[in-house]
Amino acid sequence: MIEVENLTKTYGPTVAVDGISFQIPKGEVVGFLGPNGAGKTTTMRILTCYLPADSGAARVAGYDTFTEPVEVRRRIGYLPESAPVYAELGIVEYLQFVAEIRGIPKSERESRIARAIERTALGPMIHKDIGQLSKGYRQRVGLAATLIHDPEVLVLDEPTTGLDPNQIIEIRQLIREIGREKTVILSTHILPEVEATCDRVLIINQGRIVASGTPAELTRAAEGKVVCRVGFRAEPAIVEPALRAAPGIEELLPLDTGTNGTCRYEISSREHDIAERVFHLAVGNGWTLNELHTERLSLEQVFTQLTLGDK
Amino acid sequence: MSAIASVAKKEFRAFFQSPIAYVFITLFLVLSLWIFFFLSNFFLIGQSTLRTLFDWIPITFLIFVPAVTMRMWAEEQKLGTAEILLTFPVRDWEVVLGKFLAGLSFLAVAILLTLPLAGTIAWLGNPDDGAVVAGYLGSLLVGATYLAIGLWVSSLTQNQIVAFLISVILCFVLYIVGVPIVLASLPDWLVPFVAQLSLGSHFDSMGRGVIDSRDVIYYVSIIFFFLFLNVQTIASRRWS
Repeated sequence: MIEVENLTKTYGPTVAVDGISFQIPKGEVVGFLGPNGAGKTTTMRILTCYLPADSGAARVAGYDTFTEPVEVRRRIGYLPESAPVYAELGIVEYLQFVAEIRGIPKSERESRIARAIERTALGPMIHKDIGQLSKGYRQRVGLAATLIHDPEVLVLDEPTTGLDPNQIIEIRQLIREIGREKTVILSTHILPEVEATCDRVLIINQGRIVASGTPAELTRAAEGKVVCRVGFRAEPAIVEPALRAAPGIEELLPLDTGTNGTCRYEISSREHDIAERVFHLAVGNGWTLNELHTERLSLEQVFTQLTLGDK
Repeated sequence: MSAIASVAKKEFRAFFQSPIAYVFITLFLVLSLWIFFFLSNFFLIGQSTLRTLFDWIPITFLIFVPAVTMRMWAEEQKLGTAEILLTFPVRDWEVVLGKFLAGLSFLAVAILLTLPLAGTIAWLGNPDDGAVVAGYLGSLLVGATYLAIGLWVSSLTQNQIVAFLISVILCFVLYIVGVPIVLASLPDWLVPFVAQLSLGSHFDSMGRGVIDSRDVIYYVSIIFFFLFLNVQTIASRRWS
């Protein structure tokens, strides 16, 4: 559905997008993840033919963004960053304008508008001007406008910025729902967002794709280190040497030891079943286990590693 | 074609969505009435003519038209709605033309609201119909010229006030360069050229009731020139 090849865009001396290539098949929800200024918005602007690339090519539904911008735009619903809206228009009035400028025949306009309003749950606000709406509802008006012409592709630039937690959940659900039938690209710098909404993530940093995959794959790829916190009711003098001798444990960090016959440790390992091993070790030695907690490297840590380059 | 119409419709509606439009129209009408009845000594000269009203149009429009155009692009750029507008399946020039036509319609409404004055002189006396028609046409052309300038200036900035002030200055310069005092201070070889460029000199004959094709061509060229600049400015986001 979307093919991007070697896309490059510079603003004067700044390289905003630096040779990006990716493909998005029909029906996939893809998240652009990256810090501010990574090139997410620029990539989206190229895809929606707002800006041309300096070099490289981008095709949407088979149409080139440079040579056939009008055809590309016909097939895209685009919600720019911070969901700008015409505050002075009413909701229906605005949607009517969008339907009109998108060339939807008069006979279909009403039903399309009604459907967009229904999908974005704008019903209760229908008589208000957009300027009177809360940020969350404005975002929905923006989304409703992108749905009017039933586009094949939705491009949403930071669709949840500035919303409160409840609104964020609602918008994410909505995106999930839309993503069942449409190809969706959304950008964000909020990590749980991609985990909650996307089939695939492209992590972008300084204009390049530094990683791509499903959220689960990316997490797994992050060195696969597991951190495990464990506590025993047993003498540290006995426990510690036994732990050190146990296979698979790479690092042992005593957290608090000694007092009234208990001890706690933090264990790092590359074995994903380290918790089970520790459990069997405790059972085998007759120690009472009073804490066992494993932590995997989260997407957040993956993100930090990739974008700060501390690896 | 439908894209131009839908932009024009939306913009036109947006004018009346805000109270500013009503304030401006009212001010324009009050000013026109004052010019008509008092400045022209209508009750003393005993002539049924709108001449003074038309003579003053290039001056009243100098404030009125930039006030109409100042927000048309500046606001869109400030709020980011321009990005929505320009990623619809439309060409840049269609959007520019749509906005221009919306402004022109608004101007036409304001001008038409002075028709009762034409009715008054027709009722009181026997005015030269041709002069009235030519005057109205000339007013619309002057307004459209200012409109094209103001719209272009608005596309250069995100600040409405800046757009307003620069438009007023630019329109004023275009109007004033034909005035004898200015012409007298110019080198001789420049005079015919500048006099031709001046908006004021092209308006005089229209105010007298003469529709000269050269004047119409002048206005239409200036309008096209600034609309062209406007399209280029909008497209310039792509040049970086």
